[in-house]
Amino acid sequence: MIVFFLKGLLRDRSRSLFPLLTVFFGVFLAVFMYAFMNGVIGDMVGTTAHYQTGHVRVLTRAYAEEADQNPNDLALTGLAKTLQTLRAKFPAMVWTPRIRFGGLLDIPDEKGETKTQGPASGMAVDLFSTSSPEPRLLDIRKAIVRGAMPQRPGDVLIGDDFARKLNVAPGATATLISSTMYGSMTMANFKIAGTVRFGVAAMDRGAMIADVADIQSALDMEDAAGEIVGFFPDDVYHDEAAKLMAASFNREFNNPGDKFSPRMGTLPDESGLGDYLSLVDSMGIIIIAIFVLAMSIVLWNAGLMGSLRRYGEIGVRLAVGENNGHIYQTLILESLAIGIFGSVLGTLAGVGLAYLMQVHGLDFSSLFRNSAMMVPSVYHARVTPGCFIIGFAPGIISTVLGASIAGVGIYKRRTAQLFKELEA
Amino acid sequence: MKHAPLALLLILPALLLPQEPTAGQIIERVDQNTIADSKVVVSKLVIHGRRGERTVEAKSWQRNLGDSFTEYLAPPRDQGTKMLKLGDQLWTYSPATDRTILISGHMLRQSVMGSDLSYEDMMEDPYLQHQYNAQIVGSETVAGRPAWVLELKAKKEGVAYDKRTVWVDRERFFIVKEDLYAKSGKLLKQVLVQEMMKVEGRWLPRRATYKDVLKEGEGTEMILESIAFSEDIPASVFSKASLRK
Repeated sequence: MIVFFLKGLLRDRSRSLFPLLTVFFGVFLAVFMYAFMNGVIGDMVGTTAHYQTGHVRVLTRAYAEEADQNPNDLALTGLAKTLQTLRAKFPAMVWTPRIRFGGLLDIPDEKGETKTQGPASGMAVDLFSTSSPEPRLLDIRKAIVRGAMPQRPGDVLIGDDFARKLNVAPGATATLISSTMYGSMTMANFKIAGTVRFGVAAMDRGAMIADVADIQSALDMEDAAGEIVGFFPDDVYHDEAAKLMAASFNREFNNPGDKFSPRMGTLPDESGLGDYLSLVDSMGIIIIAIFVLAMSIVLWNAGLMGSLRRYGEIGVRLAVGENNGHIYQTLILESLAIGIFGSVLGTLAGVGLAYLMQVHGLDFSSLFRNSAMMVPSVYHARVTPGCFIIGFAPGIISTVLGASIAGVGIYKRRTAQLFKELEA
Repeated sequence: MKHAPLALLLILPALLLPQEPTAGQIIERVDQNTIADSKVVVSKLVIHGRRGERTVEAKSWQRNLGDSFTEYLAPPRDQGTKMLKLGDQLWTYSPATDRTILISGHMLRQSVMGSDLSYEDMMEDPYLQHQYNAQIVGSETVAGRPAWVLELKAKKEGVAYDKRTVWVDRERFFIVKEDLYAKSGKLLKQVLVQEMMKVEGRWLPRRATYKDVLKEGEGTEMILESIAFSEDIPASVFSKASLRK
């Protein structure tokens, strides 16, 4: 019987090809869209965590209120002790201090006078400790365009575009003019070890990456840092665990009466990505709902057209004694076969394309050239186990649903009417 | 005719009373009181920041109203930092980097040593009468001393403060209080003199508080430790070479 259906489907292309193509494209689009959205949000969350907020972040309450201005006069003091506490209390997490700073990077001529200068937006991270997670988190080695990784104190990396704007090459000396933690103007000399491009427009524009100890010395921030960022060991943000950790830390250390007491915030709170993350949670359901609705309407229509065309065949089948219910059942079985086959093909094609995009990514840098947001310029799709099931069930459900609705018309027909149409 | 003596009697007190100076004259007297061709000043800035208090000491040599050379004496971290202002250009030298940097553009709006004063404040033309049109708007008592309240409006674009309200001591022709406004009308800074001193016939602020109202903290106290007028300052002091010495 099954062989009979399959032969019928294969031989009568008008019965199988259009619904199959519809299911194929629908599933393909759903799978690809899901993987792409997963990837985009994943890239955004990952970039935000790595470059901006960590999975959790500890800073003073006063600093948190003005965090976008990098107010180092409100930085965390007693850094060593706070780090020790965090490592003891949450040993599974990776903790690292960071200082964000602004200033002017001044390039001297041979007489030591200003040749060029430009505004720098810097981040000081632990570059030299052997256990430092920063080179991995920021993917610094991969980001180097010219020169090499900083090797010794005083070495820095600057954005490649920034270096070209300043007309400076690795090996040159640059003077950072900035403000100390106490507001004084400060100057410090650095050697440019290399140039970097992170693929994050806001980072690349005036980027400067320096060692945290160098910047502590330059900005008079002994045993202080703007923030301590924490990462889960698998580098994936876990909302519930992060919330519990922040609540536990704040209960013990955050004193509402002291604006310099440390406070821990989670990635969604610190970055404003909370709404985005909620959207990701509902994204699968939204895509499936739209897909099932649209596909069902298209396939219902296809089923109706197919059934009209098959009036003769159905009439003959009724005449030879097949009952309405059985015919209806076979129509649904046919659609089920088309649904399964189309879904398999669509899923494979969607996952295949998504995988290509996961490897190569899509460069949107021209869109973010002037963006101040910490968003990546290159987006990747992300193939997850969910991609293999996201299109499958709706692909089958919509085909069966379309055939069921269309089949109702056939079911209601009387044998005499069908014969009349056959004669005509 | 027989009422003439009576009329004279009525007018006489008005004729004998000192004439109220105009706003322009008041500003001119203020400029005369504070401005000198050259002077050597030792001052102290007590900065009440968000993170506590710190004191910066400096010695300045000034000449021809437009040029000045400042060397920071304390705290140890800032010791040896020098600044040279020649007309409308400002350089700073840091011994730690052995670099001389021209301060320009938006950097001029930065705070000097974390205080409530900006480099732009240092760059200002000291002559109020050159930059502002003045108008008397009232009379008040400030710290027990009667003062005129004057409103000063910038004569041209590009002045650091488009509008100033100044309280001028009626007797000493000295600004005892000042509010400084942006072009938008927003109050930017407030200055209040807490202590005055007389040096070589001039009234000067011994202790004054500068408050950048856009910044948190309790402002910056400026204390004049010593001042000497018309010192014979060698021209070599006002050169870029002296920054590295």
